[in-house]
Amino acid sequence: MSRPATPTASEVPEGQMEEAPGDAGDLRTGLWKYSGGLALSIVLTLASFWVSGTTAIWPGGVPVMLAALAIGQMGVHLVFFLHISSGPEGTNTILALAFGVFVVALVVFGSLVIMGSLDAMLPAHP
Amino acid sequence: MSGMATPSTAVHGGAGTPRHRAEEVPRSERGPAPPRVVVTYGFWLYLLSDIVMFAAFFATYAVLRTHVADGPDGRALFDRSKVLLETGCLLLSSYSCALFSLAIDRKARLASYAMGGLTLLLGGAFLALELSEFASLLAQGAGPQRSAFLSAFFALVGLHGLHVAVGMAWLVVLLLQIATLGFTPRTVRRLLCFSLFWHALDIVWIGVFTIVYLGAFS
Repeated sequence: MSRPATPTASEVPEGQMEEAPGDAGDLRTGLWKYSGGLALSIVLTLASFWVSGTTAIWPGGVPVMLAALAIGQMGVHLVFFLHISSGPEGTNTILALAFGVFVVALVVFGSLVIMGSLDAMLPAHP
Repeated sequence: MSGMATPSTAVHGGAGTPRHRAEEVPRSERGPAPPRVVVTYGFWLYLLSDIVMFAAFFATYAVLRTHVADGPDGRALFDRSKVLLETGCLLLSSYSCALFSLAIDRKARLASYAMGGLTLLLGGAFLALELSEFASLLAQGAGPQRSAFLSAFFALVGLHGLHVAVGMAWLVVLLLQIATLGFTPRTVRRLLCFSLFWHALDIVWIGVFTIVYLGAFS
């Protein structure tokens, strides 16, 4: 009973089990994940460039399509390359991301609304 | 065999694989997170604050994009095929950077150098394309002093290019650290942070080519 314990699976440091942003897992999974992300990104990028030059869809719909494709591609990058997941291990990362997105939206749309309204209320430009 | 059990395994029944134990021990009783998790989370917070800074530049551009002061607008200045090429370079460098991080995880020295070098090369190609675009704009008299639109354009796209350049310098330092220090836990964490940084730059570029370049044509 008193013999020294041999290293067993239960002595793996606990840190190995935690997930961090950027962790990829094993080689085969990682390769598949990254290649899938690359393929999706290429498709979405080409779609964006096609949409911007096409006359096949109603012109008013082009910016909406571009925005949708860009948001989709950012999502692909977050999931496939940055490994952001909604699993229990990713709670902190997701919360920080949500706050970041909130601030970005506030800055961009807030500026557009305020500056647009100022522009409309100022006397005409000389 | 169970005589040497650590307190936590004793409390939670002992036998079991690490994964079982991780599920049984409540998060609050597992102690501080390992450095890998803490460091990447901290770096994630930095990246988000960097993106908030980019948001201010995006907002400036969005407000000023129509204020061309009777000068050339984006439709007249931008070359979409060049932008597609730049986007391709940055996307592929993101992919090679991902493979770089896989090689680091496996401590594969040769693959790390190859993928790091490829990332560096593609980043350099992107920067060269961007600088040649800037040079041609300046040659046409469409510098940042020409109009508010062009000031905002050079500030936003230039800031992204500056990030890419700094990232490349960082990568060179990290490759030198692999050569001299090897794959110590500390260098591996730095490399992990670098790959996060590089992917985040690609995310910002998606915003740039959509809003600045493609937005000018629609």
